[in-house]
Amino acid sequence: MEIAQNILLTIATAATPLLIAAIGELVVERSGVLNLGVEGMMVIGAVCGFAAAILTGNPWIGVIAGIAGGALLSLLFGFLTLNLATNQVATGLSLTLLGIGLSGLIGEGFVGQAGVRLPTLDIPVLTDIPFVGRLIFGQDPIFYMSIALTAGVMWFLFRTRSGLTLRSIGDNHKSAHALGIPVIRYRYLAVMFGGACAGLAGAHLSLVYTPQWVENMTAGRGWIALALVVFASWRPWRVLGGAYLFGAVSIGQLHAQALGFGIPSQLLSSLPYLATIVVLVLISRDRRLTTINTPASLGQPFVPDR
Amino acid sequence: MIRIELIRRPQQSALFSALSPFIAFALTLITGAILFWMIGKPPLPALYSYFIEPLTEMWSVHELIIKAAPLILIAVGLSVCYISNNWNIGAEGQFIFGGIVGSLLPILVPGFGGPLLLPLMMIMGMIGGAAYAAIPAFLKARFNTNEILTSLMLVYVAQLFLDWLARGVFRDPSGSGFPGSIRFPSAARLPEIAPSQGGAHLGIVFAIIAALLAWFMLRSTLKGFEVRLIGTSPRAGRFAGFSASKMVFFAFLTSGALAGLAGISEVSGAIGQLRESISPGYGFTAIIVAFLGRLNPIGIVAAGLVLALTYLGGEAAQISLGVSDKVARVFQGMLLFFVLGCDTLIHYRIRLVRRAIASALEKS
Amino acid sequence: MNDAGATSSAPTLLKVEGISKTFGTLKANDSVDLDIVPGEIHALLGENGAGKSTLVKMLFGSLQPDGGTIFWKDQPVVVTNPMQARALGIGMVFQHFSLFDALTTAENIALSLDEKIAISTIAERARALGDAYGLPLDPNSVVGDLSVGERQRIEIVRCLLQKPELIILDEPTSVLTPQEAEKLFETLFKLKSEGKSILYISHRLEEVQRICDRATVLRHGKVVAHCRPSEETPSSLASMMVGADVDAVERAPKEGPEGDALLEIRDLSRAAASPFAVPLTGISLTVKAGEVIGIAGVAGNGQGELFEAISGEVLQKAAGEVRLRGSDVGRLGITQRRRSGAAFVPEERLGHGAAPTMKLSENLLLSRYRTDAKAFLGSLGVIRTGAIATATKRIVDEMDVRKSAEDPEAAALSGGNLQKFIIGRELDRKPAVLVVNQPTWGVDAGAAAKIRQALIELARSGSAVLVISQDLDELFEVSDAIAVMHNGKLSTPLPIAEATYERIGLLMGGAEPGHAVHGMELGAS
Repeated sequence: MEIAQNILLTIATAATPLLIAAIGELVVERSGVLNLGVEGMMVIGAVCGFAAAILTGNPWIGVIAGIAGGALLSLLFGFLTLNLATNQVATGLSLTLLGIGLSGLIGEGFVGQAGVRLPTLDIPVLTDIPFVGRLIFGQDPIFYMSIALTAGVMWFLFRTRSGLTLRSIGDNHKSAHALGIPVIRYRYLAVMFGGACAGLAGAHLSLVYTPQWVENMTAGRGWIALALVVFASWRPWRVLGGAYLFGAVSIGQLHAQALGFGIPSQLLSSLPYLATIVVLVLISRDRRLTTINTPASLGQPFVPDR
Repeated sequence: MIRIELIRRPQQSALFSALSPFIAFALTLITGAILFWMIGKPPLPALYSYFIEPLTEMWSVHELIIKAAPLILIAVGLSVCYISNNWNIGAEGQFIFGGIVGSLLPILVPGFGGPLLLPLMMIMGMIGGAAYAAIPAFLKARFNTNEILTSLMLVYVAQLFLDWLARGVFRDPSGSGFPGSIRFPSAARLPEIAPSQGGAHLGIVFAIIAALLAWFMLRSTLKGFEVRLIGTSPRAGRFAGFSASKMVFFAFLTSGALAGLAGISEVSGAIGQLRESISPGYGFTAIIVAFLGRLNPIGIVAAGLVLALTYLGGEAAQISLGVSDKVARVFQGMLLFFVLGCDTLIHYRIRLVRRAIASALEKS
Repeated sequence: MNDAGATSSAPTLLKVEGISKTFGTLKANDSVDLDIVPGEIHALLGENGAGKSTLVKMLFGSLQPDGGTIFWKDQPVVVTNPMQARALGIGMVFQHFSLFDALTTAENIALSLDEKIAISTIAERARALGDAYGLPLDPNSVVGDLSVGERQRIEIVRCLLQKPELIILDEPTSVLTPQEAEKLFETLFKLKSEGKSILYISHRLEEVQRICDRATVLRHGKVVAHCRPSEETPSSLASMMVGADVDAVERAPKEGPEGDALLEIRDLSRAAASPFAVPLTGISLTVKAGEVIGIAGVAGNGQGELFEAISGEVLQKAAGEVRLRGSDVGRLGITQRRRSGAAFVPEERLGHGAAPTMKLSENLLLSRYRTDAKAFLGSLGVIRTGAIATATKRIVDEMDVRKSAEDPEAAALSGGNLQKFIIGRELDRKPAVLVVNQPTWGVDAGAAAKIRQALIELARSGSAVLVISQDLDELFEVSDAIAVMHNGKLSTPLPIAEATYERIGLLMGGAEPGHAVHGMELGAS
């Protein structure tokens, strides 16, 4: 049974960065902006978090640095797409390329160094409960943040006026503008939130998952997070489900590799990516579902008449 | 507070269409100089290392051509895709698959030689790349699945597949345990253009021919009109009687074939064997090349040379100034950002406006 | 020019002096003066493109004037955004609604209110207000499911909830049946009796004469008259609006024997393509050579879907559902239907009928590359730029298309000129069948008259013309018979001699039985 709890713990650790990055992007897309730069912001978060933690010896500074790194990079994206109305797809791609390149540069001096790990929670008595103690009370702090974020975003989007306003912008930015809603301001905040989340997700990778810095260590997780948002039809709790599903697939294939079934490790490693494709196909087949749930102004440039 | 206002131009500005890549390049140089100064390296010598030094020696120019060829070839295909609003991000994967399929003959049938070998390899490379690109195309046309994510996921799959082949089935038994296939015999190597001066191979010829053909097609033929129309106004494209799903296939297969050709050219021309990794990210850098060239095949030739220059410059600056070669990647990313920003000027005039201070009077 | 200023004792509610606004080279408003007193229904008259929408957007804070002053209750104000306009007491109902399809009615209203009130409270207030003013609405309905008339009610109720003193209505009856328009007028009179004022934008003269106290007439951005509509005639108002005499459209009656049926639609059905689309059921219609058939109907009753079905952008299940010149084309695409002699002009100019960023010459190729392949294309599909340029010039001259460059992008042309080009492009082929959806929407009077005349002449020369339009005046001008679309069904066509606004209006509202089912008429009244 301890094995089961261990496996569940590793699934949670694998799922957490996906969840955080996807929740952030969900908010961005709900406001009508498509930011394909999640991978770039995530890897910047990873390297900034790692570097800051090593330089200060404090992993919490690393967390803050990761969040800041992601948010700063997203500002660049925001400036181009919101103020200069550039093509969102191309700008997001370039954000990823820049982020990967920049992170390689920043991280050069840190390759091979042992990182500073973020300590897991340890509450006396509670954490020691058999089977579920560590699962509920013994995880790393970012895991708890991820759950809080999901609940928080859910509450924000569907129970507050600001969240309603954000959703309205994603539905029809022309109407929102005509009503006097400050479209660009909302979108900037959303984009920065998305960047902060991606940065936090990256920091989780380099401070909890594997406390070291390897170039390109996100390995496509940012892209999987993007797919998760589509898969979840832009609904927060579904993102959580999807993230954990993917976490399970990732962990599953790692264990399968370790058990040496005779299946080539490369094939097993490609399972998460293939799974992403399958999941995307399944969700996009239902046109009715996608038409109703997709924020109608997603990806369209916003240039109001003045 | 100052606010930026965009005012739509009645027509796209021809002036900025032509100038934008140059302005972007200039801005990148300036930012680069600032970057170098900030990390304590002398800006002007650094820029010299990057952009001038690689052009000073012939062998270096050949290296430039070797690197530019796959970039141009892939980017030409990408331009057809992007113009038609098909976002193929998986060119890297199609490059790899083309390299794999194109290498089947020399690896699996080592005895096969003669003048037919090279043309067959090139054709098989194109087929391999096109076939791999057909996957995201099919998923988009049939299921409306987002092609950005599917083509990108397939890149990771292709990389892993190549890694497995190079370490497993295709590994050279006499290779001392190192991953990689047998070294190709000369009959399977793309010939060099001017062997005495440097190592540039025929790949650049393919690239230029592809660029010219694509330029002509886009500009002057009905097919080119179809590509452009579907890309800018899909509903007008349907009204014209063009099939959007057929265009998805046309764009992806063309792009995949060119990326595949680039792949086998790299394997056959530059590397000489099928290794576990055959691309330093050409498929992604080609995206930057495509945009820098404003999605115009002729512009792409120039853009490809510029970006190849940054690769070489990175290596040169590392040697002469101790600057990390990763700076090249940052340069490339910055360049793309500036290109996108400058492109705004083509469609809009920019006006800086002071926020009006509200002076609503109270209702009496 | 009559000068009917306010009586000196009543304070003015709104006054505008010397307001100007320029977009690029276009002077949308040129030194406009206007005043409104409390308890007045004031008309803002002008044809399409006169500058009415621009003026009211500035009153509402969506745009900023380049010159001039706005006075509210005799105090100068600067209206920087809609929120401020609402705070002053100005409310606006746009012609193009600012609604969110994916949200409920109550949520939509909540977003336009400036105070943060609980949505349930808003829902109740909206329901009560709607009932009070004869505009019933359901707060929990999803806006995407509602009809155009229902959506307008939301717009009006949301405006009234802010307790405005001046309500601006931009072309409100353009989306209503005649009967719905009557209901609206009742609401307006009630508001007037409460001391509120209404700025009523329209180009419909009879309405303006009926309900408006005073009018300001705009032409090409300038004020050409202030008057009392009740003291004018429709033709004097029209000549103020349009200036030079516009050639009346001449419709010579159809002569000669009945022509062959060139376009036949037989029991056409089409499922709704998306959750917000309208399904088509059992549509049957025949258009013969030499005649113009009109299809009336309020927007959103399936006109666009019908157009796509006839044009071949969407294929039919059975080949015989659409026949052109005697052959089944239901399973053939639009290119084949064009080759069978049909031509099509869709409702949307930019993005459907023409590509906005492409030049006129390229847009010519758009619908003619197959039908005119011999002339316009060479070997290997190379485009013959010379031949296309000649043809483009021919069309531009024939239709009097005004443009600022030799071969400009489609988006650079005004709406009227682009529409002239698009129709001219199809007429240049001398098609046997022409199907056009909203031929003169958003088009200035001169261009509109020319287009309508061209349609009639095409028919008289032996072609079959089908006109789908929301503009009843237009249909009565050009049609030999009018059918009505309602909820995806088509009524039997009424010959023009028997058609009255009232009968057509009832059919538009779905009231009167008379919808054709396989050619049989049910329950004639």
